[in-house]
Amino acid sequence: MDEQGQAYWKDVISLIRNILIVWFIVSFGCGILFADALNNIKLGGYPLGFWFAQQGSIYVFVALIFIYAKLMGKLDEKHDVHED
Amino acid sequence: MDLQTITYVVVGITFALYIGIAVWARAGSTSEFYVAGGGVHPVLNGMATGADWMSAASFISMAGLIANMGYGGGLFLMGWTGGYVLLAMLLAPYLRKFGKFTVPQFVGDRFYSKGASTVAVVCLLVASTTYIIGQMTGVGVAFSRFLGVSNAMGILIGMGIVFMYAVFGGMKGITYTQVAQYCVLILAYTVPAIFISMNLTGNPLPQLGLGSDFVGTDISLLSKLDQVVTDLGFAKYTTNVRLSTLNMFVYTASLMIGTAGLPHVIIRFFTVPKVKDARSSAGWALVFIAILYTTAPGVAAMAQMNLLKTINPSVMTDASVFAPGANIEYEARPAWMKRWEVTGLLKFEDKNGDGRIQYYNDKSKNPEFVAKAEAAGWTGNELTVNRDIMVLANPEIAMLPNWVIALVAAGGLAAALSTAAGLLLAISSAISHDLLKDMWMPDLSEKGELMAGKIAMACSICVAGYLGLNPPDFAAGTVAIAFGLAGSSLFPCLMMGIFSKTMNKEGAIAGMLAGLGITMLYVFAHKGLLFIKGTEFLGLFGGKANFFLGIEPNAFGAIGAVVNFAVAFGVKNMTAPVPEHIANMVEQVRIPRGSKAVDGAH
Repeated sequence: MDEQGQAYWKDVISLIRNILIVWFIVSFGCGILFADALNNIKLGGYPLGFWFAQQGSIYVFVALIFIYAKLMGKLDEKHDVHED
Repeated sequence: MDLQTITYVVVGITFALYIGIAVWARAGSTSEFYVAGGGVHPVLNGMATGADWMSAASFISMAGLIANMGYGGGLFLMGWTGGYVLLAMLLAPYLRKFGKFTVPQFVGDRFYSKGASTVAVVCLLVASTTYIIGQMTGVGVAFSRFLGVSNAMGILIGMGIVFMYAVFGGMKGITYTQVAQYCVLILAYTVPAIFISMNLTGNPLPQLGLGSDFVGTDISLLSKLDQVVTDLGFAKYTTNVRLSTLNMFVYTASLMIGTAGLPHVIIRFFTVPKVKDARSSAGWALVFIAILYTTAPGVAAMAQMNLLKTINPSVMTDASVFAPGANIEYEARPAWMKRWEVTGLLKFEDKNGDGRIQYYNDKSKNPEFVAKAEAAGWTGNELTVNRDIMVLANPEIAMLPNWVIALVAAGGLAAALSTAAGLLLAISSAISHDLLKDMWMPDLSEKGELMAGKIAMACSICVAGYLGLNPPDFAAGTVAIAFGLAGSSLFPCLMMGIFSKTMNKEGAIAGMLAGLGITMLYVFAHKGLLFIKGTEFLGLFGGKANFFLGIEPNAFGAIGAVVNFAVAFGVKNMTAPVPEHIANMVEQVRIPRGSKAVDGAH
């Protein structure tokens, strides 16, 4: 891979890593591992851990994909590998 | 008009719509047949993916599962949506850039091996066939419950409808019908949910209603539900973990990677014009899926609440649930219970002979609760509730007008038919493209291949219909087999194909076989070889169920994937390195520039 391609791929991997961290924290973290602790906090009538498991993580997933798509578009332009 | 007539009219209109689309969207080339010509708008593709994804099980059964499992049901919600984040970032754009018709074709080219693509074809066929049997039985169930025709007749009508748009339209016909089917199914799911949420909490959005107070009080719905279910001996709704935290963790992970690896979902992203569109289309797909998936927990909790307060009205007052006369008399039960008793989804057996219905957890281990139940003269749970009723009878429980009930029937059918069509396309393209064209008859002309695709589709429909009418034992294992296969073999293999430049064919094949092997071994040990009763071999592993860290067989795909990765990298380091031109190909797949229309060439 030429240098330009390598720099692009490095940026891509770190973007994916950052998004996966958030993805992991909201679902496996807030929804499962720390759910009990978070349940002491109330979001309206929802215990917070329960809310993350049945509502919150889904909203965050949707946002993550659009953020990813947007940032990838920028990376494509920055490294000049975008589609015509 | 009576209910039966309205249901016929509503279902008839939706079927006429699907057939109209089929006539308009006939496929004239292999590109139209396999990938809808590659020109579907990302938002429409997202909608079609949503319909493709949300099966009869999502529509009819999921809310009931959550109602039963409480908090633990969240593993389905997170697992079946979180997978789209993986799909969008790790697979879809790169496979779209690769630009071929099928998933096994990528595996075969990337790992320069017919052996690898054969393993992928077999996984695809087994996963899709298991999955489709459930859809066919779902069609039969929806027809027989709502339209009063026999199960077999229902499946035959369903086959006929799918035949029209899938055989003549291929992916093009399927995609545009799925857009229509999405609209039908989402209306059918949300309209009753809005009414019910309004009734119970005064908030029309079930997503907010679930976190609101009962109308006219300051008691929150969830805390009330927690109190009522524990009073009746069940586990607390908002904290009821599925077996153990570890099991829930692994189960969620398995569903996520299984979702990302299911071929009938992946091929949907070959229909968009550009790599960029594949990324955003996954987001749109999840938007449309999330509308149903965030409504489902509301439906689950509210339907459960409605059911409990119908049977034991005292739960809404401060009176004890054990008070004499707290439970309703069987003779005074509401009309919807009578209707659903006929179908066998509700069963009542008066165990203590008092003429009243006792519905509670008679397997409770809590001595205090058991003592109270005995003192009240309860001698066992008297009502058996099939979980599907939470969605199917929902409009009646909430006393909604007949057209809403008819809409739910049309929605259930739309969910089952759209998923069946997507699976049929994955199956028939594997047969006509990966097996026939790539392996047996490379000289096949495009016209010949198109004809072969249509014949393969027609045959697949007949086989699926036959299996729907005579479900084999393994049909019960959709989650274990389809998600287990996709998660333990296809997902790791595709991911390594893109993210590791050095992964070679020996590593990929060994990894797939190891992941697949260990997952199926664990599942079959619990449930019997191919789910045939009596062939379980748990004895070999000490005879205890869930012997590996207490993980249940349905949740084992993630463990299989870990084994797959480990074996693949181990074998890779001991065998010949990947050829230069393959490494170059991977570099090309990684950058969007130079993407072209999807085709079948080599």
